[in-house]
Amino acid sequence: MQQSSLKSIIYDARLRGYFYQVFILGCLAFGLWWLIDNTVTNLADRGKTVGFGFLTENAGFQISSTLGTWLFDYKVGQSSYLDVYFIGIANTFLVAVLGIAGATVLGFTVGIMRLSKNFIIRSFATVYIELLRNIPLLLQLFFWYFAVLRALPSKRDKIEIIPDVVAMNITGLYLPAPVIEPGFIYSVIAFVIAIIITLVMKSWAQKRQFETGQRFPVLWTALGLIIGLTMLTFWITGSPMNWSYPEFKMTGAILRRGFQSGSGMVLVPEMLAVWLALTLYTAAFIAEIVRAGILAVAKGQTEAAYSIGMRPGMTLRLIIIPQALRVIIPPLTSQYLNLTKNSSLAVAIAYPELVSIFAGTALNQVGKEIEMIFMMMMVYLTFSVATAAFMNWFNARVKLVER
Amino acid sequence: MKKLTAAMVAVAGVAFATSASAATLDDVKAKGHIQCGVSQGLPGFSNADDAGKWTGLDVDLCRAVAAAVFGDANAVKFTPLSAKQRFTAIASGEVDILSRNTTWTMTRDTQLGLNFAGVNYYDGQGMMVPTSLGVTSATELDGANICTNTGTTTELNITDFFRANGMSFNLVAFEKADEVVAAYDAGRCDVYTTDRSGLAAQRGKLTAPDAHMVLSEIISKEPLGPVVRQGDDQWFNIVRWSLNAMINAEEMGITSENVNATKYNDVTPGVARLVGKEGNFGEELGLSNDWAYNIISQVGNYAESYEANVTPLGLARGVNALWSDGGILYAAPIR
Ligand SMILES: N[C@@H](CCC(=O)N[C@@H](CS)C(=O)NCC(=O)O)C(=O)O
Repeated sequence: MQQSSLKSIIYDARLRGYFYQVFILGCLAFGLWWLIDNTVTNLADRGKTVGFGFLTENAGFQISSTLGTWLFDYKVGQSSYLDVYFIGIANTFLVAVLGIAGATVLGFTVGIMRLSKNFIIRSFATVYIELLRNIPLLLQLFFWYFAVLRALPSKRDKIEIIPDVVAMNITGLYLPAPVIEPGFIYSVIAFVIAIIITLVMKSWAQKRQFETGQRFPVLWTALGLIIGLTMLTFWITGSPMNWSYPEFKMTGAILRRGFQSGSGMVLVPEMLAVWLALTLYTAAFIAEIVRAGILAVAKGQTEAAYSIGMRPGMTLRLIIIPQALRVIIPPLTSQYLNLTKNSSLAVAIAYPELVSIFAGTALNQVGKEIEMIFMMMMVYLTFSVATAAFMNWFNARVKLVER
Repeated sequence: MKKLTAAMVAVAGVAFATSASAATLDDVKAKGHIQCGVSQGLPGFSNADDAGKWTGLDVDLCRAVAAAVFGDANAVKFTPLSAKQRFTAIASGEVDILSRNTTWTMTRDTQLGLNFAGVNYYDGQGMMVPTSLGVTSATELDGANICTNTGTTTELNITDFFRANGMSFNLVAFEKADEVVAAYDAGRCDVYTTDRSGLAAQRGKLTAPDAHMVLSEIISKEPLGPVVRQGDDQWFNIVRWSLNAMINAEEMGITSENVNATKYNDVTPGVARLVGKEGNFGEELGLSNDWAYNIISQVGNYAESYEANVTPLGLARGVNALWSDGGILYAAPIR
């Protein structure tokens, strides 16, 4: 009796399962404790303390003018290390978002070109993909950065892209900057309202089309509404926004010549090169994903579409892409995550993103490795989780509805 | 991505290094070599040739420590580090000595868990500009674009200098020195700033070195020296006294050429102590008594190292001459 009950305990699959789980949990907890204990002892040995107090200290180094320094109004000796953290996040976020947008558009284009019937277009896409995918990103970054630098005129010279409005030289791309005045908020509100109306209108039009078969020009009405309503509000409230144009001087002290800081907006060449490199590199991977996705849609679908008289463009847009998206989205998500993480290579060419200024320059000044690397990891984790969550949501929307 | 991973590995290093790693000397002896953190290529201080052989003033310091510990100046392996990586590398135990033109500052000494074992080169920060700008003084630099290395004192000094003089500037800070030089060369910046020794060393990498000039202003004090982890006094002493031995040898006129003859013939007590004929200074350090003899015979004295490495850059001894020759190099006596 005793014997057999013991036996039944040992051989009870469920109990055994619990035992293993508790055992592994115990190992994990021990490992974690060991790591933390070790860290604390090692830090104490070297007379180092742990804490986040450094975040309120003032940072004593200059950061090159970028979106981040503008958003957080960075001033040497007055701004804190926490500001440096936020500036880093803003700059990382900027290239990541621009890169994702650029790489998606370019990647889809090249992916579709790769399937073209035209030999030249198809070969161009193939060469593009093979070349860009197989050269390390860091080399491409250097290539574009120094190519951009070498191609541009000096600081005291410029190429006009739109005379007096957009111009470029080795210090960056200069654009007009919006100067917002009080009252501008009403135009923003009008814009949001117009979008809400558009969404309501769209579902109404869809319902009507289902029921009556009548189509409604949603696109044109929406455009008219969004632009019209916003512009009207803007005009009624007395145009509460001005433009600050880049100012260029050719006289005065030699180092003071060129574009004047405080006028217009500048995109530094470091940022342009990072954006370019991330876009071109990631687009090559996205192109392959898109091609695979399109090829995964059965050929019968195309034939069926043609047989009911759809034109190729329409077939691609309405039949192929929606089905291909199901295959495309999961690997596309991981490319987006890669792009975001790859943006940390930008430190090599002096673009002040998170890894460069916070986990680099600032870390070097205050030496709080554990705290700062932890803070940096949290940012990438948040970016990743947010991107993945959005893409999962999107994936669920385009998923084939099985009936 | 690679950078990210490297940073995390370094942090993991702090976490995983067993807490009993206080005795660097034992670790080093068990490994059979010294791991020495150097720059990624700064001629005269630490630079690898095509065959991967490292030379320079900072490299010689690590070789001296190896000679003292192992009696073999070649028992060293080098880890090239960017300015930004260096302190994490030494703090996490990835390297045993950091000998990488590193400025001794109070923050670094007190807040990073590190100790400076001495000064092997007294430097100061300078600025280089293209001669064609027609600028002759640093006070004319208002509005300049300035290229430099990230994670350095340079970054802070230049900011201080411009603030103190009420001038504006834009800083473009790269991780690696080669990119700083390339960007400056391409015209991204009006000014290249770093330690004056660095300017002299990097100048040769420009397409037209003669088209640039170094401004006369020296805007900071940069005492450069070897760094060890805090909390290991024995290792700290070994590094400090290896450097002192090289400087004392120069003062006594002992070179790699004459050290053998000296060891047998010279009866001056100071010399006898240095070469290990008298006293047991080596054993007190945990080494053998011919530790300094090995340094001098295999690496040479400070002057020999300086002349082989730094003089070719066109940098005269200046303040780095011995105190007895009008400089400020002054090593505590071995007694
Ligand atoms: N002495 C300064 C600057 C050291 C520094 O990194 N200088 C640069 C420019 S001379 C350098 O050594 N570069 C060589 C490399 O990056 O490997 C410090 O300790 O912060």
